[in-house]
Amino acid sequence: MQQPALKIQSLNHYYGKGVLQKQTLLDINLEIGAGEFVIITGQSGSGKTTLLSLIGGLRSVQSGSIQFLGQELSGASQQKLTKLRRQIGYIFQSHNLLGFLTAQQNVQMAAQVNNNISMQAARSRSQTILQAVGLGDRLNYYPENLSGGQKQRIAIARALVNQPKLVLADEPTASLDSTSGRAVVELMQHLAQEQMCTIVMVTHDNRILDVADRIIHMEDGRLSYNNSLTPARLSRQFESNT
Amino acid sequence: MIRKIPLAWLQLTREKTRLIVALAGIAFANILMFMQLGFREALFDGNVQFHQSLNGEIVVINPQSDALLSLKTFSQRRLYQVLALEEVESVHPIYIGFTSWRNPQTRKLRSIQVIGFDPDDSIVNLPGVQQNLDKIKQPDVFLFDQGSRQEFGTIAADFLQGKAIETEVGGRTIKIGGLFQLGTSFGADGNLITSDLNFFRLFNQDGRNLGLIDVGLVKLKPGANTKVVLEKLRSSITQKDIRLLSKQEFIDFEKSYWASSTAIGFIFTLGTIMAFVVGTVIVYQILYSEIADHLPEYATLKAIGYTQFYLLIVIFQQALILATLGYMPGFAFAIFQYNIVQKETLLPITMTISRALLVLLLTVLMCCISGAIAIRKLRAADPADIFS
Repeated sequence: MQQPALKIQSLNHYYGKGVLQKQTLLDINLEIGAGEFVIITGQSGSGKTTLLSLIGGLRSVQSGSIQFLGQELSGASQQKLTKLRRQIGYIFQSHNLLGFLTAQQNVQMAAQVNNNISMQAARSRSQTILQAVGLGDRLNYYPENLSGGQKQRIAIARALVNQPKLVLADEPTASLDSTSGRAVVELMQHLAQEQMCTIVMVTHDNRILDVADRIIHMEDGRLSYNNSLTPARLSRQFESNT
Repeated sequence: MIRKIPLAWLQLTREKTRLIVALAGIAFANILMFMQLGFREALFDGNVQFHQSLNGEIVVINPQSDALLSLKTFSQRRLYQVLALEEVESVHPIYIGFTSWRNPQTRKLRSIQVIGFDPDDSIVNLPGVQQNLDKIKQPDVFLFDQGSRQEFGTIAADFLQGKAIETEVGGRTIKIGGLFQLGTSFGADGNLITSDLNFFRLFNQDGRNLGLIDVGLVKLKPGANTKVVLEKLRSSITQKDIRLLSKQEFIDFEKSYWASSTAIGFIFTLGTIMAFVVGTVIVYQILYSEIADHLPEYATLKAIGYTQFYLLIVIFQQALILATLGYMPGFAFAIFQYNIVQKETLLPITMTISRALLVLLLTVLMCCISGAIAIRKLRAADPADIFS
C-alpha cells in the first residue's frame, strides 16, 4: 500500500487560555491518500478551517500528529514549516492576489519561492499554467481589471505552478456565481489529476460536492461522517476497471 | 545571479499619486536639511573669508578676544617681541573696528567694518586690494567691498561708472578710491579697507592709538616650520596678555565661536535635527501605511513560503528607494534655493560635495530608521489568519 499523502492522528486544538479556553478540534483521525480529492463540509465554527490551517502548516500543532508525506508537522520549527509550505498550494476564499502585480507576476512570485529556479524558467512556467487555466491572453492584466472567476483562476494557477503534492482550498467558489464556481472546481480537479496532486477543500457549496472522491463532514470539532462513495470516485473506479 | 521580481519597486510605483506625495515629503525634509546645513556653513565660511585671506603664517591676538566682531586690543610691543625669533621675516599690525556709514543716496546710517593696515605691506590676498594700495595712502581715501549689502548704497556700480563717491563715515567725510571683494558675514554687512593712518583719523575719538592693535600678523622666512616656530614663541613669550595662533587655528577659533558660543550655530544644528525628525516621521507614515494596506498580501506571501526576513528586505528596499528618489528633487531644489539665497543675502552659500553626501547619508539613515520602526507592523501579518 502506498504511503498516504496525509496522516492525522488524535489531533486536538484549542483557542484561548484558562477558563476561556475552547476546544475547536476533538480527536481527529484521518488518512488521505495521494491524488485524492477530499471535500470537508460543515457549519461555520465546526473547526474545518482550523483543520485546514493546521494541515497547511500555517498554525502550530498543539497536540496529536499530522504527517505530510511522512514529515511530522507537530513540533516543527518555523523554518521547517516555511519550507514545508513551499510544497503546498494554497487557494484562498478571497483569492489574496497581490494587487500591485500582474497576473503573470503573481504566479511568478509563487514559482520563485524556491530559490533554485531561473527567472526565465519561472516566467515560462507561469505562462504555461496561466494558459492552462484559460488566461493566456490576460497575462499582463492587474487583478483589479479581472472578474472574480478570472482572479480565482489566477489563484489556482499560483497554487499549482510548483506542481505541489497537496493543494489546500478554502471556499474557492464562495464569491463566484454557480457557472464560474463550477468551472473553477472542475479546473482544479482536472489539473490536480494531471499532476497527481491531493486536494483538500473546505466548502459550503453543495453544488460542487460531486467532484470529490470523498466528503468529510465536520460538526463541533469532530469528524462526523466520512463518505467515500461519491459519484466521482465511482466513475473513476469504473474507468480504471474498464 | 537569479533575477527576481522587484517586489519593492512594483509596490511603490503601482500607485503613482501616493509615490509622488511621498517623494515630495522626503524632498521637503531634504531641502530643509540642505538649507539649515548650508546656512550653517555659509555663516562659518563668511566669517573666515578675511582670516583666510591673511598673507602670513601666525596670528597674534588678545586672549580675551573671541571673534573678529569683538576684538580686544593688545600692545604692539608684544608683536615686536615676536620679531626677536630669527625665523620671523616680518610682523604687521592690523586694526579692525566698526563705525557708521552714511548711505550717500538715502542718507541713512549703517554699521560697517573698517580694516586698517600699513599700505606698504601686502597683508591680505583679496581681489582688488593689491592694485589699490597706493590710493589709500592719501588721507581719507578708502576701498569699498563690492560684496557689501545693498543698504550701503549702489557704491560699486557708481564707482565703476566713474562717479566720485564721497560720504560720511564715523563723522568724517571720506572718498572711495577703489573696490575690493570680501563679502558679508553674520558679523559685518559691509567692509572698508584703508591705511593705518586713515584708520586712526577715523577712530581717533575712541581713544585708539597706534600702540594698540587688534590683530598681529606674523610672516615667517621661507622654509620655516610654522608649528616649530609657534612652539618656540609660546615658550619664549611668557606674558599672558597675548595669544599665538597659526592661521588655521585662527580660522577654527572664529568658526568655533559661531558654532558653540552663540545661539546661531546651535539654531542651525537644531534646525537640521528637526528636519531629520520631520523626514523620519514622513517616511514612517508612508511605510506604515504601505505595510498596513498590504498586510493580507504579505500574509499570503508568508503562507506560500516566503520568510519574514524576505519581507523585511522588501520594506528596507522600499525605504532605500524612497530615500534615493526623494533625494534627487530635494538636491535640485536646494541648488536652486542656494542661488536665490546667495543673490539675496550675499552669503557664500554653495553646494559642496561633502554636504551633498552628508544629506544623502542622513536621508538614507532617516529612511532606515523609519523602516526599522515600521516593520514592527509586519509581525501582524500572520499567515494563520488567511484561512477564515
